[in-house]
Amino acid sequence: MTLTIDKVALVLGMILMLIGLWGGFTRTNLLKIILSFSIFDTGLNILIVALGYLPGRTAPIIDGNVVTAENLAVKAIDPVPQALVLTAIVIGFGVTALMLAYALKMNQHRKSLDINHYTDLKW
Amino acid sequence: MKNSIAILLVLAFGFFLVHILQLYHTQETLNKTATYYNTNTPAEVGAANVVTAIVVTYRGLDTLGEVTVLFLTAMILGYILRQGGKEKVTKNNTSEILITAANVLIPGSIVLGVYVFINGHLTPGGGFQGGAIIGTAITLMILANPMRTIREGLLHMVESISGFFYVLIGLAGLLFAGGFLDNRILPLGTLGDLFSAGAIPLIYSLIGLKVGTEISSIIANINETGNNTVKL
Repeated sequence: MTLTIDKVALVLGMILMLIGLWGGFTRTNLLKIILSFSIFDTGLNILIVALGYLPGRTAPIIDGNVVTAENLAVKAIDPVPQALVLTAIVIGFGVTALMLAYALKMNQHRKSLDINHYTDLKW
Repeated sequence: MKNSIAILLVLAFGFFLVHILQLYHTQETLNKTATYYNTNTPAEVGAANVVTAIVVTYRGLDTLGEVTVLFLTAMILGYILRQGGKEKVTKNNTSEILITAANVLIPGSIVLGVYVFINGHLTPGGGFQGGAIIGTAITLMILANPMRTIREGLLHMVESISGFFYVLIGLAGLLFAGGFLDNRILPLGTLGDLFSAGAIPLIYSLIGLKVGTEISSIIANINETGNNTVKL
């Protein structure tokens, strides 16, 4: 298996996802769990962008020199994963902001961010 | 015991990822969808940036939904954080260095944000990125002076007006062009000009304003929620 830039990006994204998953399972501090979720999200985004890579091509933007309106189909990479990730980043931001707000509210009520102090839903 | 379950789950997920990696091979040609977008964007949409063409025109309805999700986040956040009334907040002053640097950087960041979303159809960037840059400027403003009150009425007004006109442009596409959010209600112009690609610069500017004000109101809401002593 030859090492190309897309495989490096794929492996990087997967490592970040695993770190995020590990953090989400083992940390007890709410802020660190949220941070782990963000890391997982970033890894997933890197992975999706890496899937759109094609060797020897450049960004799907017509600049008049390298990429023109005529050779877009043979000179530019896949634009769909980039559009998807643009959406995913914004939604990830929204979800992270909501989680932080809940954590803030929970901290105000019980003066603690430790997940072990919240046993209401535990059975 | 607890950690061993975590190790097991992470290992299982890692195994799954390694399997994907083994099956993966670098593509040599574009797939069908990407070929369609790359071939037809210059003639159909007239935007130099294909990603923008997909986000704003081909999949414009998804972007409207995305903006709605962000709007909902801002609203829910404001609702949750306001529960229990607003208490008087006292916060320490920040350092002189931060205040001076913020004064230098804020006007530049706002201008950069506006530039990024106006040129969204020509260069890498667009409404979401430009809006995020404007949000950064507002965050810097709050960091430099935590006691500053942000006029949230103004933020909500800008946000509502841009959202309203976004939907209105979408409906205009339904009446005067091919469908909802069709950008051909305005002439497509020459590829690569600032005033080209029909309604895309207009739509992306509205998205930029909306995202910028939403991020700012999220940050302002979190900032104004009492004194939070956080134990890490």
